[in-house]
Amino acid sequence: MTDLAAARWLFGTSLAFHIVFAAVGVAMPLLMVMAEWRWRRTGSAVHLELARRWARGTAILFAVGAVSGTVISFELGLLWPRFMALAGPIIGMPFSLEGFAFFAEAIFLGIYLYGWERVSPRLHLASGALVAASGALSAFFVTLANAWMNHPAGFDPAGGPETVRPLVAMFPPGWSHQVIHVLISCYAATGLAVAGIHAWFLRREPGHPFHRAAFGIALAVGGAAALLQPLSGDLSARQIAVHQPVKLAALEGHFETMRRAPLRIGGWPDAEARVTRWALEIPAGLSLLAFHDPDAEVRGLDAFPRDRWPDPLRVHLAFQVMVGLGSAMAALSLAALLLWWRTRALPIHRLFLGAAVAAGPSGFLALEAGWLVTEWGRQPFAVWGVMRTSEAVTPLAHLSVPFWTFAALYVFLAAMVAVLLWRQILHAPPPGPDGGPP
Amino acid sequence: MTPADLLGGAILVALVCYAVFAGADFGGGIWDLLASGRRKREQRALVEHAIGPIWEANHVWLILVIVVLFTGFPTAFAAVSTTLFVPLTLLLIGIVLRGAAFTFRAYSGRDPVQSRWGLVFSGSSVVAPLLLGAIVGAIASGRLRVSADGMPLSPPGAWLGAFPAAVGIFACALFAFLAAVYLTVEAQGELQEDFRRRALLAGVAVFLAAMAAAVVSWREAPLVFAGLTARGWSLPLHLGTAAAGGASFAGLLTRRYRLARLAAAAQAGLIVLGWGASQYPYLVVPDVTISSASAPRQTQVLLLAALGVGALTLLPSLWLLFRVFKGRRPAGPAPG
Ligand code: HDD
Ligand code: HEM
Ligand code: HEM
Repeated sequence: MTDLAAARWLFGTSLAFHIVFAAVGVAMPLLMVMAEWRWRRTGSAVHLELARRWARGTAILFAVGAVSGTVISFELGLLWPRFMALAGPIIGMPFSLEGFAFFAEAIFLGIYLYGWERVSPRLHLASGALVAASGALSAFFVTLANAWMNHPAGFDPAGGPETVRPLVAMFPPGWSHQVIHVLISCYAATGLAVAGIHAWFLRREPGHPFHRAAFGIALAVGGAAALLQPLSGDLSARQIAVHQPVKLAALEGHFETMRRAPLRIGGWPDAEARVTRWALEIPAGLSLLAFHDPDAEVRGLDAFPRDRWPDPLRVHLAFQVMVGLGSAMAALSLAALLLWWRTRALPIHRLFLGAAVAAGPSGFLALEAGWLVTEWGRQPFAVWGVMRTSEAVTPLAHLSVPFWTFAALYVFLAAMVAVLLWRQILHAPPPGPDGGPP
Repeated sequence: MTPADLLGGAILVALVCYAVFAGADFGGGIWDLLASGRRKREQRALVEHAIGPIWEANHVWLILVIVVLFTGFPTAFAAVSTTLFVPLTLLLIGIVLRGAAFTFRAYSGRDPVQSRWGLVFSGSSVVAPLLLGAIVGAIASGRLRVSADGMPLSPPGAWLGAFPAAVGIFACALFAFLAAVYLTVEAQGELQEDFRRRALLAGVAVFLAAMAAAVVSWREAPLVFAGLTARGWSLPLHLGTAAAGGASFAGLLTRRYRLARLAAAAQAGLIVLGWGASQYPYLVVPDVTISSASAPRQTQVLLLAALGVGALTLLPSLWLLFRVFKGRRPAGPAPG
């Protein structure tokens, strides 16, 4: 493993690990506050129990999110010191503001978790809402930084420091699409994962009030987000078509510049032969999706020098995974909506529960795949068009040592978190006489 | 006062807060490791109660230091990250294990599992401040050499030395002292006496470790030594630190614990301030200064504005947090 490869693997692994907890940190507080709100409004004891249990799960996941995020903040310098020397002054603003969002999140989570008996009901609920809001805010800020890497703005690469405009850099072209897509993905992934877990229990005990309450809230949040996700993804794709055409070409396995470009579903891009094999092609589909015009010309990879290509194979496959899972999630959510519409009741048909269980992991898989699309699709650049990843990396050697160390640490932590959460869930209260916890 | 100086000051203030607040959380872990006597369990439970609601917030001060450093002084961030790669990586492992273990212990429920996590938590609570101190010591001692763009010229092991080691031990002692003093306020009865004794012992350790570090600095960190002894403000700073130290001892001896808590916090804060002031205007001695590492002025000005706006949201929230958990009736029930 070269040191550059080790640095990429280490950073990618750290982010792939962190993003799971970060997404949970964005969405879980919302679920927990919704449960508490229901309890305060209706006095339903199940919802109180649910809020408390979800809060415990959030506490465990948040702690791992906080420490894994700390690792990343340091790794920015440890692995990419040259990147940070360039980018720090330009995109430090969102990172610094994110720092204050972290403060708000940690402070109000402390009050929420330990304050059940210490603060007034109103302050308690408000603290939960503030955790949810600041979680979304931190995701917002960090995604701005990533949007800048995809589309650097607010400075002149050839000019001196006096050309730096941090406020321009903070909102690079396309920031809104990316931010929206990322935020929605957090709710979709977390909501459907939680719904999947409770669906699993409902299959065995369809009447269980605790799991019904949990399933309802999680499905509502996750399902709504999953329905919006493809729409937002379409906006992202169209924005890439304009601003990062080489990424779009790689995403779609599109080698040859042409009008009436087909949309390729599946397939195996071969960079040497410059073709994508075995794909299901929908004529003019890509032109239509990317530019809303079947005759639009879509630039293929051939329009760009070879040394500016990302690896089309990886990027295309990751994109297929995201879109495939996203479509399935949206279909499931649509089914839930229709079932609810017809019966005005929680959809707990066995078949539907089975599908919900199966869809449980798909949000997080899509989330990871989507990030790989973005990050691999930006290669070989760390800052698109300005700084190559190979120029960003630290000059230090033996980076495979920290890579394997952290990889082992993450596997270990992931296993521990899984065990702990499993125990939290397994000890769900048996239904009491009044439908509440005994 | 240039914007760069103000930003340097902001970083120093964040470091002071990190030492005063998060330092005590590390110290709590040290007392968890050193829990002894008949009230072992109670001591550990008290530490857990005291840290639980606040450690994650306290931890964010470190993140703030990092982001302000890389935004405002990018070359210094590059210099620190490259020359201190090894201790920073080890520190990260310590921070990860510590935070995860603390939470896992609180939520794992079963005794044998809890005590294993407890050991990870307390062990890493000793290792992390040692490394943190060593990092500070290495930065101040002038042993880290970098090029103009922050790339390392000294070997990866350059951070190792007697002065960094002395500062590491000093940091452990200081954090343990802080924690013990704070805990006297939160404990009652015999437990309070336990921590009063521990605070007094740790106070002596702080004094000894400080002396040792000062002696070593004379040879190994001449700039710090000069800064600590020869500058105009060094005398008042020393006097202030000594007065705070004296007051915290007096508070402990006379059992006026709230006074002791305030004084101990002031003492720790002044020590960090003293370190910062003694190495001004260097960020990494001797190659990186505030001016050589500065980001463009417009970035620094905006960053200062952002810090100001952020502080407006942060300070009331922090005040609320500490009023709820550290106000009149500190010890409370476990999370539920
Ligand atoms: C629950 C997760 C999830 C789901 C179901 C989808 N996505 Fe996504 N997608 C993400 C989660 C995600 C992400 C992880 O959040 C990414 C990575 C970076 C980003 O901005 O969002 C992303 C990136 C991303 C990008 C690249 C953006 C960039 O590089 O700037 C495109 C073009 C799409 N998505 C398009 C779609 C489409 C057309 C979907 C149709 C179903 C879709 N996504 C579903
Ligand atoms: C798109 C990717 C990311 C998202 C959506 C995201 C979001 C979040 C969220 C919501 C949290 C708090 C919740 C939790 O701890 O579980 C968090 C924590 C954290 N993240 Fe990320 N993050 C991302 C990437 C990054 C990156 C690149 C960095 C490095 C600069 C980073 C640094 C941190 C830090 C330091 C924390 C801990 C804050 C604390 O102590 O409370 N994150 N992140
Ligand atoms: C959380 C989801 C994310 C994942 C899974 C992820 C994954 C990756 C991967 C796999 C790489 C290595 C790329 C390669 O070498 O092929 C990488 C690089 C990088 N990412 Fe991300 N990333 C995420 C989010 C972010 C965010 C939010 C930021 C910044 C704010 C960021 C900043 C970087 C940087 C600076 C590099 C190194 C330079 C480069 O390789 O382009 N990443 N990431």
